Amino acid sequence: MSEVKYSKEHEWIKLDGDVATIGITKHATEMLGDIVFAELPEKGSNVEKDGTAGVVESTKAASDVYTPVSGEVVDTNQAIVDDPSKINQDPEDSAWFFKLKIKDPSEMDTLMNKDDYDKFAKETSA
Amino acid sequence: METKKTSLYQLHQDCNAKFVEFAGYQMPIQYSEGIVEEHKFTRNHSGIFDVSHMGQLFIYGGEDLIKDLEKIFPLDLKNLKLNHSKYSFLMDKDAGIHDDLIITKTNEGFLIILNAACKDNDFKILKELLKNKYKMVLDENRSLIAIQGPKSSEILNDVINGVKDLNFMSGNWFTFENQKVYITRSGYTGEDGFEISIANDFVDQLTRELINKGSKLIGLGARDTLRLEAGLCLYGHDLDKDKTPVEANLKWAISKERISKGDFIGSDIIIKQLNNGVTKIRVGIKPEGRIIAREKTKIFNQSDVHIGEITSGTFGPSVNGPVAMGYVENEFSKKNTKIFLEVRGKKHPASICSLPFYKKSYVKGVN
Repeated sequence: MSEVKYSKEHEWIKLDGDVATIGITKHATEMLGDIVFAELPEKGSNVEKDGTAGVVESTKAASDVYTPVSGEVVDTNQAIVDDPSKINQDPEDSAWFFKLKIKDPSEMDTLMNKDDYDKFAKETSA
Repeated sequence: METKKTSLYQLHQDCNAKFVEFAGYQMPIQYSEGIVEEHKFTRNHSGIFDVSHMGQLFIYGGEDLIKDLEKIFPLDLKNLKLNHSKYSFLMDKDAGIHDDLIITKTNEGFLIILNAACKDNDFKILKELLKNKYKMVLDENRSLIAIQGPKSSEILNDVINGVKDLNFMSGNWFTFENQKVYITRSGYTGEDGFEISIANDFVDQLTRELINKGSKLIGLGARDTLRLEAGLCLYGHDLDKDKTPVEANLKWAISKERISKGDFIGSDIIIKQLNNGVTKIRVGIKPEGRIIAREKTKIFNQSDVHIGEITSGTFGPSVNGPVAMGYVENEFSKKNTKIFLEVRGKKHPASICSLPFYKKSYVKGVN
């Protein structure tokens, strides 16, 4: 299993073979506040790198969720749709959003590692 | 223009508030526990709200002032008892709403609580309408806090003895640290509670004492979810100059006595609408499922015809689901009418429902 990578839109992605698991970062949940609604892409649909692949809403506002890489949606996490507060509780593990069969592994190279992301998150929220 | 800070700014910071600019003020949107927890704490315990950005307008006068104010507000102010409050509106001649407000009869005249974003304009309008006959003070030296929720009476009474005997929508002068504070039993959350007008220099101390007794500061975020669950309007969203009190379904706040005379600003339109009905009206809206329909969401009927728009919509933590209100064409305003809400290009089923979404009994007392 490869290391976890991060996007500028505050998604994390973990690659296992050719299947990537994607969610939103703890930093993103802290900026959003209490998440009360989640919408996920349809299983079997194709999503394009940096395209919209879901929505999360806090009590305050709605935000799009983007996919950091292209691929076919092979699984979605119904548990976070049924209870969106799980996203605040465990964003970078059990509250993953969707799994993709990825199209182009080289897209992973455009993403940040943990140190770079932490720095990015700190700078952009300052 | 520089954003203003309320006298509780330091305390908000000490409580890890996240700030937003609201009506020219730096206001706390939430604290570290977040909107949902703050909302529930208010419903179950007691929450303190800094509403010092709102206008506290004192108008001094006697019988003449009552007569002049009755030409402006659709209220029976002559028969309003001393220290009693009424919800009302400042309207234009077409009954469009400049602002919604709470007016209280005091021993020296009236105290009117105005929305922060409207207060300066309201002051100008009222000064002109009253032709400079009365002393009017939009008091910047006083802060305003609200304490809301089932434990509020007990907590506030521990600090300021006697407040627990106030009836709903009435007030009086009390003393805190030798300062005169004006307290009314009112609020905007659907909970029992109080609003306290106090000199800026003493509000920090009073608020800290209330926190020491177990209450907590609550931000504007939870104030919004609380008032929406309670079916209460937010000016600039659910009310504005293009809507009348009749369209806003607030005719309960208009005095019947005054309608029969019809001599206040906007009365022609109000009477016409009461007699002939309105084309659009404010309703409660309950989406099916969890989809949140926010302000400006378009509303459609079952034949896919556009019939209105959402003016407030969020997630209601006590309802544990989405809640909204908006304006629809009158023929679709009946309870349980099926409608559709267009969110992100898709139409989601919802129905018209009665307000409030969340109900608790206020302390009424005997008059």
